[in-house]
Amino acid sequence: MRTTRRLIVQGAAALGLAGPAAAAETVVMAFGNGERPLVSYPQKRALIRLTARPPQLETPFSVFDQGVITPNDAFFVRYHLAGNAPPLKNDPEAFRLVVKGLVERPLSLSLAELKAMPPVELVAINECSGNGRGFFEPRVPGGQAGNGLMGNARWRGVPLKLVLDKAGVQAGAVEVRFDGMDAPLLTTTPDFAKSLPIDHARDGEVMLAYEMNGADLPALNGYPLRLVVPGYYGTYWVKHLNEITVLDKPLDNFWMATAYRVPDNDCHCVPGGAPAGKTVPIGRLDVRSFITNLNDGEKVAAGRPILVRGIAFDGGSGVGEVKLSVDDGKTWTGTELGPDLGRYSFRAWSARVQLSPGSCRLKVQAVSRSGETQPLEPRWNPAGYMRNVVETVTVEAA
Amino acid sequence: MGRAALTLAVISSFAAAAPEVVRYPGGPPETATLAPGPNVETAQLQCGMCHSVDYITTQPRNFADPRVVWTAEVAKMRKAYGAPLTDEDAAKVVDYLVATYGHPSP
Repeated sequence: MRTTRRLIVQGAAALGLAGPAAAAETVVMAFGNGERPLVSYPQKRALIRLTARPPQLETPFSVFDQGVITPNDAFFVRYHLAGNAPPLKNDPEAFRLVVKGLVERPLSLSLAELKAMPPVELVAINECSGNGRGFFEPRVPGGQAGNGLMGNARWRGVPLKLVLDKAGVQAGAVEVRFDGMDAPLLTTTPDFAKSLPIDHARDGEVMLAYEMNGADLPALNGYPLRLVVPGYYGTYWVKHLNEITVLDKPLDNFWMATAYRVPDNDCHCVPGGAPAGKTVPIGRLDVRSFITNLNDGEKVAAGRPILVRGIAFDGGSGVGEVKLSVDDGKTWTGTELGPDLGRYSFRAWSARVQLSPGSCRLKVQAVSRSGETQPLEPRWNPAGYMRNVVETVTVEAA
Repeated sequence: MGRAALTLAVISSFAAAAPEVVRYPGGPPETATLAPGPNVETAQLQCGMCHSVDYITTQPRNFADPRVVWTAEVAKMRKAYGAPLTDEDAAKVVDYLVATYGHPSP
């Protein structure tokens, strides 16, 4: 939180002076070695660059104060492999989605055929498993991100269930494998593919999305088709999806069996610095909340009501309540929730509070409808996944 | 389902000859470079083959034990990602990473 504030301020100032085309603007995240350039890609505003090849871009945190829907041009970007440039939208006619494996009728569907099937729409958050990894203490290797590897969009597409039913899943199906057009450089590097259990794949909510916020998917977010797995971490949201395979046994590749796994316990955590022990594939999003309109170190008026607002979300039960503390967690008050765009969406919250003069530590804590809440102290795991500590913003009231 | 991979020979000459490349049409150039130090050429070639070196330069400088972390990272690149490093080159890359990125900047 602290990080993102500072970076927003710096980023905005830098852009204001030099314009988005300037190459050398940097922001500084609130963790060690946190200097990052702001860069522009096609279909994207200036975003925070984590890596260039393959591209990994973080959303400046100020975007989350501008509405609960994340604009397409601000949506974060995350790739694993740099064997080919992410496919551009230059040949939609040639695209085919292949459905094969344990099915009665293997399919090869064009984009037009997919769009002719009955569509569905859903607002859902895509959050990277490693969102906020840069704040882990002790530090862990991996993409050193602030809290901008998340976004909330209105997805439009075809329920995966419809396509699977059209192909006719055979008895004995266990999982469904999803593979996209991005590829490794070396033949020895495992291609990125993920899987879901067959019942999850057929739940009617998992979607083959071709539109995002009323427009084609941006190239960097998976054009022309990506998997949307509501309530689940972004690792399952396979981009540039062109191959679906129904399997008779669990997928045993690097991306399922080794990577994207968390400790097999209730908190998916271990003591700082400890090994993960027995692990399971990462699953549903943790409950989280953020203050979006106040920056760390910001000066605010004392002795009269000021507005505090932000966003909250969880892995699909919906946000039950959001509590705010202006005394570093000693006492908590309720907040008002904004419009409900569905249980997989960001939910806006706001409150008016009156602060006494001096330094004031604001904390926000969400409670999901299923009763889960955020810990006051950060949980830790060796991969730096699933961060969801209660966030704190310190302001100066005068 | 990806495109055919390039041959190793092409990759090697590419990585050695082109420290600054645009991998994404219309995107910004790749600007990160490795800091000077013993074996930097080996690290640039072997690590930069598959990914930009900002994967390295953005990592924390205050790992509890940098040699443990960088040894594990290089081992992961070889075993999990199939990076074609010899034992000798892997040791050089680990030494370079620990010496160059294993401690807080002065």
